[in-house]
Amino acid sequence: METAGGSSASVLSREAFPRLLEAIRAAGYRIVGPTIRDGAIVYGEIARVEDLPIGWTDRQEAGTYRLERRDDAALFGYNVGPHSWKKYLFPARERLFSATGTADGGFTVQAEPRDEAPLAFLGMRGCELAAVAIQDRVFDGRVPDPGYHARRQACLRIAVECGQAGATCFCTSMGTGPAVRGGSADLILTELLSPERHEFLIRAGSERGAAILAGVPTRPATDEDARAAAARVESAAGAMGRRLDPAGLRDLLLGNPEHPRWQLVAERCLACTNCTLACPTCFCSSSEEVPDLSGAKVERWRRWDSCFNSAFSELHHAPVRKSTSSRYRQWMTHKLASWHDQFDSSGCVGCGRCITWCPVGIDITEEVAAIRATPGASGPARRSP
Amino acid sequence: MSSERATSGGLPVGPAGPYAPVPYRVRSRTEETADIATLVLAPVDGAVTPSSAPGQFNMLYAFGIGEAAISISGAPDGALVHTVQALGATSRALFAAPPGSCVGVRGPYGNGWPLERAVGRDVVLAAGGLGLPPLRPLLYRLLAERERFGRIEVVYGARTPKSLVFYEEIQRWRARSDLRFQVTVDAAGRDWYGDVGVVTTRLPDARFDPANTVAFVCGPEVMMRFTAKALLERGVPAEAIFLSMERNMKCAVGFCGHCQFGPEFVCRDGPVLPYARIAPYLGVREL
Repeated sequence: METAGGSSASVLSREAFPRLLEAIRAAGYRIVGPTIRDGAIVYGEIARVEDLPIGWTDRQEAGTYRLERRDDAALFGYNVGPHSWKKYLFPARERLFSATGTADGGFTVQAEPRDEAPLAFLGMRGCELAAVAIQDRVFDGRVPDPGYHARRQACLRIAVECGQAGATCFCTSMGTGPAVRGGSADLILTELLSPERHEFLIRAGSERGAAILAGVPTRPATDEDARAAAARVESAAGAMGRRLDPAGLRDLLLGNPEHPRWQLVAERCLACTNCTLACPTCFCSSSEEVPDLSGAKVERWRRWDSCFNSAFSELHHAPVRKSTSSRYRQWMTHKLASWHDQFDSSGCVGCGRCITWCPVGIDITEEVAAIRATPGASGPARRSP
Repeated sequence: MSSERATSGGLPVGPAGPYAPVPYRVRSRTEETADIATLVLAPVDGAVTPSSAPGQFNMLYAFGIGEAAISISGAPDGALVHTVQALGATSRALFAAPPGSCVGVRGPYGNGWPLERAVGRDVVLAAGGLGLPPLRPLLYRLLAERERFGRIEVVYGARTPKSLVFYEEIQRWRARSDLRFQVTVDAAGRDWYGDVGVVTTRLPDARFDPANTVAFVCGPEVMMRFTAKALLERGVPAEAIFLSMERNMKCAVGFCGHCQFGPEFVCRDGPVLPYARIAPYLGVREL
């Protein structure tokens, strides 16, 4: 069968799935993907298919995440966990450069070598592909971040369409999933699972993906296979646990900086930064000078930072945003409103991580709805990105 | 030795990437006040100092300590000049950097003052405290092309007479007949014969045609807010008022998120922002 992208779909059997991993490795990639650690599905090294969370699923709610056994042996029968792919493309800690003091009181700067093995991201969901596309606009636009650019160019994106939705998912509201459009990933899988079958519909979204797929034993997909895959995605789309109405959101939030809801949410918010660290698009960072003991050699490191930290907005020894309400307002208004001005898109992909991983269960969809229910003014004019 | 530095997307990129400072030597150091010094810098490798637009800034680097965003205070096409106040660990080290020592520079960043908007118009420069250094390159340019502009009115306010910067030069500016340079201080002793009061108290004395004026304002945010208000009340259109904003800054290239002011990245979209565009955000507390 032909897909919208023009590439033909194939069917990969569960038995042949390890052959896909071999083909990816043979193409020079190190595979990272979902695996179980510390009671959660996180992203890590995938050496064998058994490293995937086979037969596991996750139950999520605001402030809650639990792993549970499934009654089948699905490889991808869960939604997104606390990690996102940004930990590979935009690492939590990254050395920007090293410098060495010279005898005449000066210094010389050494650039960072770029010699990491290219990564294959196995199991990217629709919302996560959208998140990477959003970070591309931040880091790989007019002025590229050299590290991000190199890793992003080198990476292989192997997407998996969701066959189920979590209670904190709202990708359909943000238009990012659960279906994965051809061209947005190098390979796109849909897990076809029933008591009778365990197969994967697989499509190539790029020449890189097609080259890898050519080395994997598959059979051509039938219309029935395609229908089964579409039905899986459709059932996930119909099972979204949350929704968020994005219409007019930019003007609504920028027009309501003094809304009483910001105070209310701040009474619960711990400013713990979990939402910003779990968010696949949050990109704020700080840089630090790290000298060695002698002080002769220093390294400059960048690390993730968060607009919920008081030092984040520090100006002349005092934070501009002293209150938690102003920090929550900054985060949510940036994510859903001013992001449009800056990058011509929303900063939210509807993955629900900020809801699940908030220790007090603050729900961004609920906060938006509360402001929408009692809006004040409309926002200032939008400027061009 | 290359004479020009590489750029990426219009922004400068040093030989070791966009985050790596280029070593500069301190050629001279002038102590302006007890905690403010002006440094003249030249590249260690003998390369040409990149030209800058008035109002732009550099990230200055103290080896082993860190970086700080410091606006350029010298002539746009001359040697690189920075005026630094000792505030944090990095700026303290920069303030104290003796002639012959080495500091790092990356930049210039930011958009600078929209000088072309002032052609054929009266120009008001309002500076509060360390707001004068970023306006000085603009004043040099205005005076270098004096016939292109109408009246030039400078109002400079500082906390005390002792905290005035560029003291000798101000005397020369005040002696000129082709600009008016008012100085005021918030508080002074008996040895001060000048004006006392905040910058806005001197604006009524400034002579300009409000409908045909462009105002460039730099200083503490509260000073800029009240100055803009006073200018609006005098009849200067909101579109003709430009403020140089300040926020916490780490990367200067729009990646770190620290300098956001509403939708603006102060490092990239600013630091000079049109009042008309940011007015809705200026009145919001803790933005």
